[in-house]
Amino acid sequence: MTDHLLEVRNLSVDFHTAGGTVHAVRNVSWHLDKGETLAILGESGSGKSVSASAIMDLIDIPPGEIVSGEILFNGENLFAMTQDQRREINGRRIAMIFQDPLSHLNPVYTVGFQIAEAMTTHGISKDEARRTTLDLMKRVGIPNAEEKIDAYPHQFSGGQRQRLMIAMALAVKPDILIADEPTTALDVTVQAQILALLEDLQRETGMGLLLITHDLGVVAEVADRVVVMNAGEIVESGSAAQVYRQPVHPYTKTLIAAVPGTGAMAEPLATGIKPILEVNHVSKHYGAFVALEDASLTVLPGETVAIVGESGSGKSTLAKTLLRLEEATGGEALYKGRDLLTMPRRELFDIRREVQMIFQDPTQSLNPRMSVFQIIAEAFAIHPGILPKPQWRGRVRELLEHVGLNATHMDRYPHQFSGGQRQRIAIARALALEPKLIICDEAVSALDVSIQAQVIHLLEQLQRDFGLSYLFIAHDLPLVRDFAHRVVVMQGGRIVEQGPVAQIFDAPQQDYTRNLMAASLHPDPEIQAERRAARQQAQEEYA
Amino acid sequence: MALAETDTPKMTKSTHPALTMGRMLWRDKFAFFSALFLILMVLCALCGPTFLEDIATKQNLRGRNAPPFDFSKAWVYWLGGDALGRPLLARIIVAAQNTLFVATGAVICSLTIGTTLGMIAGYSRKVTSQIIMRLADVIMAFPSLLLAVIVLYMLPPSVGNLIVVLTITRIPVYLRTARAEVLEVRGRMFVQAATVMGASTPRIVFRHILPVILPTLVTIATLDFALVVLVESSLSFLGIGIQPPEITWGLMVSQGRPYLTSAWWLSFWPGLVIILTTLSLNLLSNWMRTALDPVQRWRLEIARKKQ
Repeated sequence: MTDHLLEVRNLSVDFHTAGGTVHAVRNVSWHLDKGETLAILGESGSGKSVSASAIMDLIDIPPGEIVSGEILFNGENLFAMTQDQRREINGRRIAMIFQDPLSHLNPVYTVGFQIAEAMTTHGISKDEARRTTLDLMKRVGIPNAEEKIDAYPHQFSGGQRQRLMIAMALAVKPDILIADEPTTALDVTVQAQILALLEDLQRETGMGLLLITHDLGVVAEVADRVVVMNAGEIVESGSAAQVYRQPVHPYTKTLIAAVPGTGAMAEPLATGIKPILEVNHVSKHYGAFVALEDASLTVLPGETVAIVGESGSGKSTLAKTLLRLEEATGGEALYKGRDLLTMPRRELFDIRREVQMIFQDPTQSLNPRMSVFQIIAEAFAIHPGILPKPQWRGRVRELLEHVGLNATHMDRYPHQFSGGQRQRIAIARALALEPKLIICDEAVSALDVSIQAQVIHLLEQLQRDFGLSYLFIAHDLPLVRDFAHRVVVMQGGRIVEQGPVAQIFDAPQQDYTRNLMAASLHPDPEIQAERRAARQQAQEEYA
Repeated sequence: MALAETDTPKMTKSTHPALTMGRMLWRDKFAFFSALFLILMVLCALCGPTFLEDIATKQNLRGRNAPPFDFSKAWVYWLGGDALGRPLLARIIVAAQNTLFVATGAVICSLTIGTTLGMIAGYSRKVTSQIIMRLADVIMAFPSLLLAVIVLYMLPPSVGNLIVVLTITRIPVYLRTARAEVLEVRGRMFVQAATVMGASTPRIVFRHILPVILPTLVTIATLDFALVVLVESSLSFLGIGIQPPEITWGLMVSQGRPYLTSAWWLSFWPGLVIILTTLSLNLLSNWMRTALDPVQRWRLEIARKKQ
């Protein structure tokens, strides 16, 4: 009847909740062949993970309900099978890896035991399982596999844990590997390695790879075909290049247009202006651990300075030190000529008005028990000099309008807003104090691409209107490329390179910067193919 | 997200806050009847002794251990009579005053003191925190009954002193919980955001941390209520708590103990009232936790389709 390895036909899944029935996916159909990589692309809430959950029998029924459709694996309908038959397929024939490997590895067992367990439960002897485990760990690139086989999950880095998850999934030689956002939690250089590993393994074993992602760059890097989902429906499907080059559906068009890293780069601001912030040789040590060493940079009025680097590079430590959330070990940070790091509390209180921060995750940075009005007006309550109480509501309304919300939102609570709206509230709160400098710590990285573009646009507009300066901390290079005037690259607590955005992106001087640039993914499959070729060439030369 | 958005119109049409609260209470039938029961108990405590004191203490040796449900007698005897023929129903109503006063006093005092110290321990520097925590350890390590015996041996047994003793022994529970919660909440990003805005320590503690940790502590307090009632009865049993002819529910339970095999109702009725009071407090605090949490409140605001 069918030649496809896996086929989903007209699948509809509903979730019955207290607030009513949610149609998670409607009439979704796609297929996956042997040796092929299919990407399901979508933003949060688009239902991109639901069909994978249905395949793996991970949907809780109730509240979930499979309303219609069938899933054919080798021509057999999974929904018609018994629980035992499905268990036999899950794990053995179809394996899955997840976004956050730490929460899917049991912390109290050694990794060797956990990988071998996948095999022993499917009837392979213990000795053989251990031998295979060792081979697998070597194959996925774990150094010193002989020693590490008896180590516990916390002793591995994030990238290594994802490699271990892959090893676990491959232990029983599945026909299909489902990867749900496998690289979202990882640094760009590690992401590139994991994707390369997945591709190598696929070539060796001929398995079908189903990749669920929100990142067009990942799609461009590995996918043969792509299915674009929005609000529970498939809006477009086709080859990766075709969908990127000639998107038909309006949603796909806006999605592709929103992807950063393709616009014009900003010109550096004229020199000779007095900097608003001058950071000189700041360092922060935690005991013997050096989190930040000899960091120096300047920010001009109306300028956006981006700090990029991988996790552990010290970029967030720098932000926290500047805001005195952490006390610096040494150095100075002159804000309008006054040192932020040694300033007495009294003076610091006044400076708090002028230097504000926007945090990474708006879900956590807004107090869930305060209404939007209370959250924003808190600025006026803390700094009594700004505004007399009767005018608070009016001013909050004005601020909400500045950030694209309106007065009706004032008495609602944070959980009633979407992620992008919450970040707008956080921005309104920062603006309430009329700051001159805003430190954005990964301010948009928790948001979907299209929302990200809107928030960045808002920040740009506010910069034009109020002459704000931004210290923009990010790990997402394409975003920085579009937004920043100048870029500071950090690694291991030190600044390795800084300069105007065009110089950093077009003519990076340091090896580390070049590696970082090479590892970042471009949404265009053709450009990405060229980059990959260049990267492989570089690797071969290096070897 | 779409879920919560659809609920919002219902939320905005609220009128007076008290009316909204009342409506939400009516939605949760269990909590509603719990509230009614508690109001009844409070009324008993306030008015009971004035009207029933004489009846409750008058002996009637012909009615010793009179069985319950004998409707031919006066209504105060419907739940039976105790070992001296005193009407149980009247005694329960009169005892409500002492019981509720001691238990409420002890729970509120230990909740307030424990939470305050716990928040100080959680938010302050190491030394202060260490001192407070070791103090809590000492209280916890010391058998609470022994402590009570020592204190009440030196002080005359009165309602006030009983509250003091019970408060001291229950403080560590709130202290440790409050401290642990504060340590977790103070690391959250909205606390950092407030710091960055220049918020003072009292503001962060009372505006941002306290509302988050309070529901947990109130839940513990309602559970603790029953415990305090029983501890108070065991102190009375040892002869250092409330003494007859004063009465409390706990004392009634222990007075009925020798007759358990022959006249179960002596211990059963006061025991039942203790259980019902605690259960009502629990249900009500459960409702309150939902009603005061903006994220959960919609559960009480949308019309119940099921049930």
